[in-house]
Amino acid sequence: MKVPVSITVNGKQYDKMVEPRMLLVYFIREELALTGTHIGCDTSSCGACTVHLDGKALKSCSMLAVQASGKSVTTIEGMASGENLHPLQEGFHMEHGLQCGFCTPGMIMCAADMLKNNPNPTEEEIRHGLEGNFCRCTGYHNIVKSIQYAANKMQESA
Amino acid sequence: MSYIGSSVKRVEDKRFITGQGRYTDDIVLPQMTYACMVRSPHAHAEIVSVDIAHAEKMDGVVKIFTGKDTDAAGIGGVPCGWQVDFKNGDTMKEPPHPLLVSDKARHVGDAIAMVIADTYAQAKDAAEMVTVEYNVLPAVTNSKVARADGAPQVHADVPNNLAFDWELGNPRAEVDAAIAGAHHVTTLEFINQRVICNAIEPRSAIGHFDTAYDKYTLYTSTQNPHLIRLLLCAFVLGLPEHKVRVVGPDVGGGFGSKIFHYTEEALVVWGSNQIKRPIKWTAERSESFVTDAAGRDHITTAKMAFDKDGNILALSADTLANMGAYLSTFAPAVPTWLHGTLLQGLYTTPLINVSIDAVFTNTTAVDAYRGAGRPEATYLLERLMDTAALEMGRDPAELRLQNFIEPFDGVEEEGYVTQVALQYDSGNYGPVLKRGLEMVGYEQFRADQKAAEGTGKLLGIGFSTYIEACGIAPSAVVGALGARAGLFESAQVQVHPTGKVSVFSGSHSHGQGHETSFAQVVADKMGIPMEDVEIIHGDSDAVAFGMGTYGSRSLAVGGSAIVKSIEKVLEKGAKIAAHLLEASVDDLDYAEGKWTVRGTDKSVGFGDVSLTAYVPHNYPEGLEPGLDFSSFYDPANFTYPFGCHICIVEIDKETGVVKVKRFIAVDDVGNVINPMIVDGQIHGGLAQGIGQAFCEGAVYDESGQLVNGTYMDYVMPRADDLPSFEIDRTVTPCPHNPLGVKGAGEAGTIGSTPAVVNAVMDALKGYGIHDVEMPVTSQKVWNIIHG
Repeated sequence: MKVPVSITVNGKQYDKMVEPRMLLVYFIREELALTGTHIGCDTSSCGACTVHLDGKALKSCSMLAVQASGKSVTTIEGMASGENLHPLQEGFHMEHGLQCGFCTPGMIMCAADMLKNNPNPTEEEIRHGLEGNFCRCTGYHNIVKSIQYAANKMQESA
Repeated sequence: MSYIGSSVKRVEDKRFITGQGRYTDDIVLPQMTYACMVRSPHAHAEIVSVDIAHAEKMDGVVKIFTGKDTDAAGIGGVPCGWQVDFKNGDTMKEPPHPLLVSDKARHVGDAIAMVIADTYAQAKDAAEMVTVEYNVLPAVTNSKVARADGAPQVHADVPNNLAFDWELGNPRAEVDAAIAGAHHVTTLEFINQRVICNAIEPRSAIGHFDTAYDKYTLYTSTQNPHLIRLLLCAFVLGLPEHKVRVVGPDVGGGFGSKIFHYTEEALVVWGSNQIKRPIKWTAERSESFVTDAAGRDHITTAKMAFDKDGNILALSADTLANMGAYLSTFAPAVPTWLHGTLLQGLYTTPLINVSIDAVFTNTTAVDAYRGAGRPEATYLLERLMDTAALEMGRDPAELRLQNFIEPFDGVEEEGYVTQVALQYDSGNYGPVLKRGLEMVGYEQFRADQKAAEGTGKLLGIGFSTYIEACGIAPSAVVGALGARAGLFESAQVQVHPTGKVSVFSGSHSHGQGHETSFAQVVADKMGIPMEDVEIIHGDSDAVAFGMGTYGSRSLAVGGSAIVKSIEKVLEKGAKIAAHLLEASVDDLDYAEGKWTVRGTDKSVGFGDVSLTAYVPHNYPEGLEPGLDFSSFYDPANFTYPFGCHICIVEIDKETGVVKVKRFIAVDDVGNVINPMIVDGQIHGGLAQGIGQAFCEGAVYDESGQLVNGTYMDYVMPRADDLPSFEIDRTVTPCPHNPLGVKGAGEAGTIGSTPAVVNAVMDALKGYGIHDVEMPVTSQKVWNIIHG
């Protein structure tokens, strides 16, 4: 049995029939073919699937698609405006905040929410804010710098 | 223009930061089906029966294969790629590793059936309805227990679970005699615990048999597509190699665990021809925990003997190496040729003997994990060094400096010949330690440590000075040591008529940034802009051959293959240029993308020469058209990076919580192409090595269950567990490859683990303990302080 959902993703509304048990992350990846949102675990521990739901960071494996019906989702694919990268995307590039890239979308989505609430975080606050996201490549060192880069850039342009 | 040596931003970043990376699980093929494996929940159990009758009638189910099907098809299982024979010359025990087991499950996670359906949810539903009747047997997970008489037998024809035993170095009697007569002997018995690699992208594989072309394609999250193709074709499925394409697309981290050929890869390839539809299998994380080859898992007794002045006289080491239930692709090489051979370390130890027993247990296979054997060797040596310093009342840094091998450049001075079968290429070990001491502010630290006495905090400092063998590896050498493959690398440099360049590399990049660093090398060597160079890797239909990425080999071996091809391109280009300039080749200089007649202003650009090669109207007689060369590069030796890692920990006496306050790493990886990328490799390696020291470790219960087999339970470092790292480097070029590079992928992991444990031991030196078992959790530390 499938049920209707209506979810706005990156500004576009999608009306689909889905199984009630379908997780939001599978809706994003399989129904919409937006594969920038990744699945790294089955216990909501790794953060690779982090998206924004109505502007707040959320692990999209921890919610059913039906629960997101009527709501607005932003994924990594919705972060840049045209060719203009989001300051966090730019920061991760400039500060070598990614290696294999698998955790990167989740890191960026998590950090975007962090900076919204705390535009000028200390290193300790950044590290604390990332505790829901695993990276196995970078040792987090350059991820911290990437977020600092973005914070500075966003403050300058604010 | 010089790209080499500058921190060029990565060209591959764009697709990853915008969500356009293309990992295996992102690929969807027409008519694709999804597989879910039925896995044994028992560590050791006879399979009495497998009933698929109900499951195969369920919605969406396309087909269910069991071990009976793979047995009937005559598929023998995945092979081991490295043979290490017994000391007495007997062949190592190499029991088959079936794709689907039909008789007995030998570890939790052994696959019993593959359920294929139209969607993954349907496959998973049906897999839960496959009924397997087991006769559960006692299991063994610990290699020491497995060696005891009466222990459960993992394989009926492997007595006492001994896969092979192995020895290297000076005669044991000589080493033992030196130890017996020594002024001081430091002895440690320790466990280098099993850790799980945990690349954040779970393994994934898609098999596709294309009936139009009778051709198979395997997309797989692998570090070496060509080796997987070779093993699939020649050993597992008997397929014609030219009819098999293996693609390793974007791969979300490997760290060793994606080197190996896994059963699921063969299953989806074979199955796709049976059902004539593509099959995708993607591991769930809890599946990764019980099926990805793990790392380390050594139980060791080691002794280091000193004279009265603190000079090392001898070293002996006896290790039980847990192989898991089957021999994974490179498993036998890890505790032997990648571990025993490194026990010289940076020291002049004149007598060394190492003995290894490789043991089967009812656990997931163990194979190479970042560093592979070398971290275990470093842990062994460096724990001994700090312990010996403490016991002898010596400063740990001074004790090391005193025993270091003298500098040698490998050109004027011969490479250093060790007691354990290697010849180091070049080394200058004092400066890395001295630089580390400067960075840490050693004297100030000792003052701070003293000042902290009587407060609620304990401070400790730990050292580790390491060497590793990288740039794996000279084919003839590894062949003599049991490798069933060559370990060269290949590269093709294809110049297009417009002067743009495509480079096809057999190395595979899964985070290392080859698309950038290799392009820097090509652009510099050819004198053209980086934007004109594209690095292509990971597809066996595009890249003629390759041996993949592991053992910090990509730049040293793969990069050298590229350099060889560039030299051929420029040599031929010079002939074309000479013709166009009506000059002799000997009178030409090549620089900044053009050939110039020496002493004149007559020149011709790379683009014009490229075009001429493909439009050969005015062309040297007898010269073939085209500008496109392939090369194979087989290294003359391993490379030997080295370094010094220093850790400072702070322990909260009340809670036992260990905080890594500072971590200093001074590494020498030879010449550096892209400092930013090398730094990043060091950072990531440090996090993994530090993680093993203070939080990671697989825990099995008596029945053989991995009790911490999820991210909720297995503790990996998170951002707030680690400090920002303080790193620097010295540069001692490799004398035997054209770039002078040594490799940087594993250094961080190899050096860091013992530095952390040594720091904890330094902090706890007032508590009368001799050792602390990894991971050094707050509970263990609290028990030491309050116990």
